[in-house]
Formats: sequence, structure tokens, C-alpha cells
Amino acid sequence: MCGIAGLIHKGKTVNIGKELQDMLQALKHRGPDSTGFALYGKGNNQGDYIMRFKVGENVAEGSSAVNEEKSVYDARRKEVDKHIRDLGGSIVNDAQLTPYSFRYCINYDKDLMEFSKKIESVEMTEILSLGKSLELVKDIGDASVVSKQYGLDKIKGTHAIGHSRMATESGVDIRSAHPFWGYPFSDVSVVHNGQLTNYWNNRRALENKGMRFMSECDSELIAVYLAQKMRSGASLKDGMQDSLKELDGVFTYLVATKDSLGMAKDTMAAKPMVLYESDDLVALGSEEIAIRTLLPQEIDTYDPYDGEVKVWQI
Amino acid sequence: MANLKNSKSQSMGLHKEVLTGRTQQVFFNPEEAENFFYYGAYDVNFNKRTEIDAMDLSAKQLNDKLHSLMKEGYGSVVVKNPQGKHSLGVGILNKLNLIFEGSLGYFGVGSIDGPVVRITGRVGWSCAENMMAGKVVIEKNAGSCFGAAIRGGDLICKGSVGARTGIDMKGGTIIVGGDAGAFTGFMMQRGRIIVLGDAGINLGDSMYDGTIFIGGKIKSFGSDAIKSKITSDDISWLKRKLKVAEIGSDFDFSKMTKVVAGKKLWNYDALEPSEKKGAI
Repeated sequence: MCGIAGLIHKGKTVNIGKELQDMLQALKHRGPDSTGFALYGKGNNQGDYIMRFKVGENVAEGSSAVNEEKSVYDARRKEVDKHIRDLGGSIVNDAQLTPYSFRYCINYDKDLMEFSKKIESVEMTEILSLGKSLELVKDIGDASVVSKQYGLDKIKGTHAIGHSRMATESGVDIRSAHPFWGYPFSDVSVVHNGQLTNYWNNRRALENKGMRFMSECDSELIAVYLAQKMRSGASLKDGMQDSLKELDGVFTYLVATKDSLGMAKDTMAAKPMVLYESDDLVALGSEEIAIRTLLPQEIDTYDPYDGEVKVWQI
Repeated sequence: MANLKNSKSQSMGLHKEVLTGRTQQVFFNPEEAENFFYYGAYDVNFNKRTEIDAMDLSAKQLNDKLHSLMKEGYGSVVVKNPQGKHSLGVGILNKLNLIFEGSLGYFGVGSIDGPVVRITGRVGWSCAENMMAGKVVIEKNAGSCFGAAIRGGDLICKGSVGARTGIDMKGGTIIVGGDAGAFTGFMMQRGRIIVLGDAGINLGDSMYDGTIFIGGKIKSFGSDAIKSKITSDDISWLKRKLKVAEIGSDFDFSKMTKVVAGKKLWNYDALEPSEKKGAI
């Protein structure tokens, strides 16, 4: 089933981590397996990019991955550090959040795809996000568990998207959890509720264009698809409009960039989304109870229509 | 129901469809209504009124509370702060004036038979699913599957509704003041849908019977849904229905599009197993 939520404050910075945590916790019944947050903060004043990455897995039911010793993770981290230096980058600030996941602030001014490929050549290593304001965190457990584990309730920012996952077509692990980073685009993330039926055809076509997939989760396709569209010069909104024609299945998804939040609903409108829109706040959720955590008073909400694409700016 | 005669209902413009295929006209005998009540139904007094604050109640707690109030004879209940919670006001098989001051989540007032419900906010997916009788009025918008599989009663949304409105409906009337999403009237088998605004793609897809009236633009027709000529009986019925619904008082009915089943579905005339047995 899965639950998705997003919000964007126009011209205001708030405690975005806590707000999204509350929204996702309200959607826990739609997917208790894993939870993910894509939080967009004020920007990074330490280095060029914030990189969130993992060097191992956190594994539960149905995953083909395995949990490993901390010493294995430490060795992989050292390898990542070496690659950053070899690529001409430097680590300005680093933090270890769990035995297998890290947050780095780095200086790097060259091609992000080349950089990502090199970092991810380290065994079991995946860049969860790379950007100037994006902080992407995902792990096993509900929103409060993941938020507490990574200290997300103190992160301030303008907008965010998140996901509570019920694993259906792939296992319970971090690599299959949402959000997905729009590799190799800085600050692009996607969450999705639904099923894509032409996943493999599209995946093969995108892999032939040099794009990478880290999971077998159909939702990752949307992030990579949109990244490829923007790489080819399309605007975010145009890429989303194209996705309604080219991606087959039933889906509702949210996408965020450094300064915008977008929503798309397929032409069958089989997956729910409730939208609240005002002059200073837009909030979306699979169910209204998610929005109610922000706005307990009586509000006007509606269901976006079939085939609808919307994009809001901060 | 007590004084309602078949002839009266027909003079009101009801029961005039010529149903073919495997549908049959079976009308409720008004004489039966006199003594008809559900086991466990309560004798309520509409002048006995109370309020409940749902802010800290779960759906089960609120629904249990409604039943205990009906048992005590309360006929008018106002629920404050429903907060978009799911499955509120379901399974009420009783006369009751029920007002929700706020919005409901999914499956609100499902499987009801008899109450008159007013919701001042919005409703989520599958509002009034399987409603048998009564009247539900929503002042704002509604989500998808609005009035799924209803068998009777009037379901009114003054705002816009989502996709698959009236899916599988088997009777009753759905009235929408705004627009309706994709697949409105999908697989409907009987009853009427009135949409004063626009309709999305695949309107009336695979409908078996029933009638859909659209006041605005239709994005596309679904499989086996066709236009039909709007009659003077249709217009007088529409006027009465919208007057009762308190919307569209100045609407130009002559501009409405009437949509019915083409009755060309591949298995439209297939016999039910019981009918086959009879034929043999």
C-alpha cells in the first residue's frame, strides 16, 4: 500500500524534520516496514555538497542482502575517503550516524556522475543523496524510529517529501526504501505509491544511457527517469508530464528539487493523494490524517485529478 | 414510506426506466415498509439532541458512542472535530440526524441504512460505500470511489469528487455540484448520477444500466457508454432532485448530457446461474 507525504513552506524555514516525521507517523498503517525522509534545508555552508551514503545494509524480511561486521563497514568507509581524495575532492566535515551510514560535507567541483560512479564502485556502497540542500535518510522502522536514530527532528528547512513503505515486490532493506535520489542530479528526490508495469523496459533503456539502478524497486525508476529527462534539458514539470504517458501502471508520486515540490497522478487515478494549498503552505499526503498533524483546525482539501501534474516553488 | 404508493412514485418520475438484459424491476412494496425495521434498531426522538467531541476518540469509540446514544433515544447528534479520521459513522441502520462538523477520512458513513447525515467539511475515499437508504450531504469535496456500490438513498457532494464515483452502484442517486474524476459510473448497474460540472476520462465505462447526467464537458466516454436524448421527464426529475439537494437551482438542464449503457458488453445478456437452471 505505502504512504507518501510532502510539504513546502513558501518563504519560511521551519522545523521540517519534525513536521514530516509527524506526517509519516500518521501514515504508519500504510507501511510499517521502512521510512524515508528527503529534507531540504537552508543549504550547506561547509563545502560544496552534502553527501549521505551507506556502506552496508540494514536487513529484514525478504531481503537478499546481509548485515555485516562493523569492521567491514569501516574498511569500506576508508576506501570511499580515498576515492574522494583521488577525484580531487576534500572532506570538510564528516559524521557517522549508524555503523553503516554517514553524512559528509565535501568540496568537489567536477562531474557528479563520474564522482558517483567512483564512490559506488566500493562494495555495498550507495550514495543516498548528493546535493547542496538535500538530506536524504531512510532505514527500517516507522517514522519515529528512523527520526530518532538519525536525529531528524531538529533539521530545519523549507520543504520535504517522505515515505512509509509496505514492501510488496522487493525485500525489506534500505536499498528498496524510499525516497530515491535522482542520480546523478544534485538535490532531486522521489517518493512513490503504486506499481509500474513497464519497469524493466524503461530500466534497460535508461541503463543503456548510462544511468544506474541500485535496487529492484520500481519506484527508483521514476527518480532515474526524471533525472534523465532533466539531463536532456527538460524542465521538472515537462519531465513529469512525459512520465504520465511513458510510465505504465498506477501511481502517484512526489518529487522535490532544491527549490520546488511536484506531484503527479496517473490517468487511472488509482492511488490516493489529498492536497491542502494555501498562500504560505502546501501539504500533501496519501490520507488527510497526515495533513491534520500540521493543521488540526478545519481546512479545505481536495483530491488532485487523474493525469494531474503540479509543481510549487519555495 | 407508509403512504407511498407505486403510482405516486411513478408520477414523480421515478421507476420509468425500461430495463432490459438481466436487470429486473423489483420495487419495494410500500405496505411492507410499515412494519419493517432492523433487529436492534432504536426508537429515537429527533428533538433529543446531543454533541460529541471526537478529538480524542478512535473510530471504534465514536461509532460505539453513536450506537449507545441512539439506544438512549437521541435522534440528533452533532460530532465535533472528526479530524479526517477513517470509518466514522459506519453501519448506522437507524433513523438519525447526524452532523459532522469537520472532515471525514476514508470509508465515512459506510453501509448505512436510514440516517440523514450532513458533513460540513470534506470526505476521503469511499464515502457512503454500500449505502442502502438515507441522505448524506457533503458541503465540500469528496475523494475517489464516492458512493461505491450504493443501493439507495441520496448522496450529495456540493464540491467536486474524485475518480470512480458511483463505481458498481446498484441504486440511489449521487449528486455532485462540481466536477467528477475519471471512470465516473464505472460498472454501474442501476441508479442515477448527476454531475453539474465536468467529467473525467472513461465516463460510464462498462456500465450495465442506470443513467448519468453531466452538466459540463466530458473528457471521454468509457466502453459501452453512449449518449441518449434527454426527455422532459428527465428534466422535471432533475429539477426536483436538485431542489432537494439544495444545489444548482439556476442550472440550465437543457445543456446536460444524458449517458446510458449501450448494452453491447460481451456478456451483457448472459444468464445468471439461477436463470440458467430455470431455463434448463
